[in-house]
Amino acid sequence: MSLILNSVISLGAMGLLFGSGLAYASKKFAVEVDPRVEAINEALPGANCGGCGYPGCGGLSNAIVAGEAPVNGCPVGGAETTAKIAEIMGQTAQEGEKTVAKVICNGTCNNAKEKSEYYGINDCRAAALVSGGSKSCQYGCLGLGTCVNVCQFGAITIKDGIANIDKDKCVSCGKCLEVCPKSVIDWVPYSQEVVVECNSEEFGKDVKSKCAVGCIGCGMCAKACPFGAITMEGKLAKIDYTKCTQCMVCTAKCPTKAISGELSKRKKAVIEEDKCVGCTICAKKCPVEAIEGELKQKHSVIEDKCIGCGECAKKCPKDAIKMK
Amino acid sequence: MEIFLILVSSILVNNFVLSRFLGICPFLGVSKKVETAVGMGMAVTFVMTLASMITYFVQYYVLEPLGIQFLQTIAFILVIASLVQFVEMVIQKMSPTLYQALGVFLPLITTNCAVLGVAIINIDSNYNLIQTIVNGMGAAIGFTLAIVLFAGIRERLELADVPESFKGFPIALITASLMAIAFLGFTGLV
Repeated sequence: MSLILNSVISLGAMGLLFGSGLAYASKKFAVEVDPRVEAINEALPGANCGGCGYPGCGGLSNAIVAGEAPVNGCPVGGAETTAKIAEIMGQTAQEGEKTVAKVICNGTCNNAKEKSEYYGINDCRAAALVSGGSKSCQYGCLGLGTCVNVCQFGAITIKDGIANIDKDKCVSCGKCLEVCPKSVIDWVPYSQEVVVECNSEEFGKDVKSKCAVGCIGCGMCAKACPFGAITMEGKLAKIDYTKCTQCMVCTAKCPTKAISGELSKRKKAVIEEDKCVGCTICAKKCPVEAIEGELKQKHSVIEDKCIGCGECAKKCPKDAIKMK
Repeated sequence: MEIFLILVSSILVNNFVLSRFLGICPFLGVSKKVETAVGMGMAVTFVMTLASMITYFVQYYVLEPLGIQFLQTIAFILVIASLVQFVEMVIQKMSPTLYQALGVFLPLITTNCAVLGVAIINIDSNYNLIQTIVNGMGAAIGFTLAIVLFAGIRERLELADVPESFKGFPIALITASLMAIAFLGFTGLV
């Protein structure tokens, strides 16, 4: 009995002694940590996904306080987290548009021809080692779901043999871009509908023989684009998203339907008559001459001609044009 | 004379890292830069010397009079853990850069077998207080010597043309084993 008592009391006393010593030391050697670090750490999602480029949420919060990272440094948290952090840092949230990952390939089972059957490990990286995968196009999505497995946020699904990314679920962590052996995933602004969904750098003839929707590098989109947003890089059309107004002229022109965008969803300019003063600025700015009207008279939009680029709405001094 | 022999023995002959293979974790983890290796060595030296002393008192003035020697391990861990906490606070206050560089390895001294090892070896060898402190300090100096030498070699290894598959830890482990063989040469010195 006394053995147990001795053990408990002696160890307890030692614990108490060392504990109080440490308590004293912690007061004596207290280091002032910036309270904002703690607060930002609280506000961050705590997933430690590394999407921000720092080892974890703790690293990012330190960097934000040190001024090395922007308040919107966390791609996962979204606007809410950014707002909270900005408040802690005493700034107003400057929120840029989110950039999301997108699969730049439309080579579904129907569109892209298979060149062989693959019976290996169900992983794109393994399949890519076997003479570049089973698809006849060596640039396309293999659709075995390596990106699906690496996505922590459940944003990727495999449909019709290619990967699809749900842009609402995508948090821009970039893990799928890293893991894709074909580098067929790219960054695209969230609202961007018009995207060249092809990654093939082969000659048009070869592309055509392998995939029904590949970019054959004909350059028709580049010529058709009223805003000069499309350039031909090698044998592939490239859209400059900062210049693109999503007018979908290229989508309509593309002979192989390699550029995405739904024409039916395209917006139209609508002039609010009570605000229009008839200055004709919009008519001058319209790249397709879809606005008619005399000086000092109410203008109107010719619906069939309007491509919904929004240039007129941007330039109207009276805010009389709405995109609907 | 005997004290000198204990010191030489614990630093060179029975080097904790290279002969007894204790404390390998910080030895491999914090040996990328000489600077942090020195810092780690200092921290371990402080903890080891003090732990040797305090565990001596705990053993002979608490555990043995009460006849509860079986609690040796747990009591010693209590001492070491408290000391490590203390060291952590001091380093955070004195040198935040070193604190950053040591990272997770600082709290890991708590579970460092080398510290517990030296405390138990002291008791097993029936050392008196002076011998205990000398042995503890010697072991810590031996650890520091090994880790600093190793860090120096690894800094050079960074620049060496190491085959791809040996880069990083493989070559570090091979280096460590070669160092251990070199230290084997001290056998029989004491």
